[in-house]
Amino acid sequence: MTGLAFLIPIALGMGLLGLVAFLWSMRDGQYDDMDGAANRILIDDEEPLEEDA
Amino acid sequence: MNAPLTLSAKDASTLATTRFTVPGMKCAGCIGKIERELPKVSGITAARANFSAKRVAISHDPALGEDALTAALLTLGFEAQPVTENPFGADTKERKRLNRALGVAGFGMMNVMLLSVSIWSGADGATRELFHWLSALIALPVIAYAGRPFFASAWMALSHKRTNMDVPISIGVILASLLSLYETITGGSHAYFESAVMLLFFLLAGRALDAEMRTRTRAGIGALLGQMGKSASVIAPDGSTRRVPAASLEPGMLVLVAAGEAFSADGEVVEGASAIDNAMLTGESAPEPVGPGAVVHAGAINLSAPIRVSLTRVAEDTAIAEIARLMDEAGQSRSTYVRIADRASRLYAPVVHSLALLAFAGWMIAGAGWHQSLTIAIAVLIITCPCAMGLAVPAAQVVASGALLRRGLLVKDGSALERLAECDVVLFDKTGTLTLGAPRADIAALDAKARAVALGLAQASRHPLSRGLAAACLRAGVEPAAITDIAEVSGKGLTGTWQGLCVALEKPEGEGQALAATLRIGDAAQTITFADPLRTDAGATLAALRHEGLTASILSGDRAAPVDVIAAELGLAAQAEASPQAKLAALEALKAQGRRPLMVGDGLNDGPALAAAHASIAPGTASDASQQAADAVFIGEALMPVALAVRVARKTMRIVRENFGFSIAYNLLAVPLAVLGLVTPLIAAIAMSVSSLVVVANSLRLARSVN
Repeated sequence: MTGLAFLIPIALGMGLLGLVAFLWSMRDGQYDDMDGAANRILIDDEEPLEEDA
Repeated sequence: MNAPLTLSAKDASTLATTRFTVPGMKCAGCIGKIERELPKVSGITAARANFSAKRVAISHDPALGEDALTAALLTLGFEAQPVTENPFGADTKERKRLNRALGVAGFGMMNVMLLSVSIWSGADGATRELFHWLSALIALPVIAYAGRPFFASAWMALSHKRTNMDVPISIGVILASLLSLYETITGGSHAYFESAVMLLFFLLAGRALDAEMRTRTRAGIGALLGQMGKSASVIAPDGSTRRVPAASLEPGMLVLVAAGEAFSADGEVVEGASAIDNAMLTGESAPEPVGPGAVVHAGAINLSAPIRVSLTRVAEDTAIAEIARLMDEAGQSRSTYVRIADRASRLYAPVVHSLALLAFAGWMIAGAGWHQSLTIAIAVLIITCPCAMGLAVPAAQVVASGALLRRGLLVKDGSALERLAECDVVLFDKTGTLTLGAPRADIAALDAKARAVALGLAQASRHPLSRGLAAACLRAGVEPAAITDIAEVSGKGLTGTWQGLCVALEKPEGEGQALAATLRIGDAAQTITFADPLRTDAGATLAALRHEGLTASILSGDRAAPVDVIAAELGLAAQAEASPQAKLAALEALKAQGRRPLMVGDGLNDGPALAAAHASIAPGTASDASQQAADAVFIGEALMPVALAVRVARKTMRIVRENFGFSIAYNLLAVPLAVLGLVTPLIAAIAMSVSSLVVVANSLRLARSVN
């Protein structure tokens, strides 16, 4: 029984963490342009080191 | 990689942001080009492309106008239209709310399930009580939050004295929560929090998928009216001119329309001769010569020389505004189409209510206590509103539209797939639909020098032939020659000076060939011919459509002669010189005969027809307005996505029917068990998950069948 006192809060905490991460990523607009995100990885930056990119 | 927009707070406060739709954005290269090159224009601080919505947001100096930004995008090779309304409208908000609710329900489901599994595995006494309390603590706020979309919809239906699928869901969830709370407080052995939360989670997943489909591409009819000129130079009686916004124009005013300017109202030419690009209204790609007495329409573009126009109809009365209204009305009549899920739930909901009520009454009469009777009634309510039913339609539609998207066809919403599947006759527009729409120049005969000069001249003009020629040269990798003193003469062509030589791109001698131009360098002259070729797979597509049992014909606004040539080549019946109203009438006539027409068209003149047809498809080169009105948009030079759309839509509906069949079979099995009180929470939970998974797996078969 004493194990539960640790395990249940940990399980809840991890679940909450996931939920907060999901809500944050949505507010941050990470799902606004899914096709764009898939394509952006293909962009070659010609001068990647000159800016703070 | 992609530098984030790092703006200091001070800068941001003084910057203006303007949004543009950029339909030509097709690949990663385009995103990179726009975001890298635009900030190099002075006055533009940053540009951010949204590829899914085909929009670009530009942060810029407020002194920079929309015209300058559009021009900057055009220099990069992208045609753009400013968007006035905030693109993140009501639809997106709705979708975000559903996604948030889905996230919360998912969190609740996982944690409550964790506790419930322990209870089912045999936890009892104080542990069970603790777990019940913990479940209640998690589940009640989650249900209150995640259930809102259902509660709101159920309340709306009930307050209008109607019922929908959300009513039994809401009653079931609320009763289950209350009964579970009662069990928890009195230390009873069964709580149903996990069933309630899981039901919400799966139903929300179905709703979120559905909303995702609907919000893919929506902007509004504003895009159409955006084609009209925004202001005009009005000539006062004393000869001076002033700019007047389109909304303040009045019939009878005399306006001066410069070359390259869009008309902002309908009118009659009183002085000057020019050619106008009327493609938006007629779908005709060749420019139309106009002289005194000719009628011009708002939205057309004056191509070659300034003309004076006396206005006849303005603002709401223009032909283009009329088309927008027709589209709006036709679209509304189609929105009364009843979706298959609604039809099912209209039959289903009353049955569920009566069954649950009967189960409750039956067990009360049989002498079971009110507590046991209520438990059984709730079990019936929950088990007969299976998640499978909620997922049956959206799961299949999302898989199908995703597969179609990879094949170059964008379907706008789920009901479009349902309507596409039902079509039994198809009508094609000619220019831009069966053909590629843009005149293609044949530059094979030109040497490198001639090509460079041709490009140098052609890129200075907005004339469709010049554009076609410039495009052909650019595709061949030609560098433009530096040409000075370029002048465009209405109805004649372009002249300029290159290395001391007189060069010209002009109309050929003799009127015989409409689609040709003569390139003159010094004394040498060459003729460049243009063609508007059929899409290469037009014949194969028509055969595929015939195979699906659809009869095809042509419905074009173009002149009879070119339409007949195409019709004969493809072996189709054709109706030429059809006005937007005539096209609408043709569709209404077909519908009156009980046929279900599929309209495929691109011109603005097809707008009302696209909206009125049972289902409609527009090519990606169509005007914004037509893409707006159509149910689906296909990208690229192939016509085959049209036939593919019909085939996949039919397959989708078969899968949807299978899914429904499965859900009904599941219910036939589960309901008697629930009514007899034999279903334990564990069995209900497993049955629900399995039925949902079966439906999703069945829908995934669609993705494979498309390829």
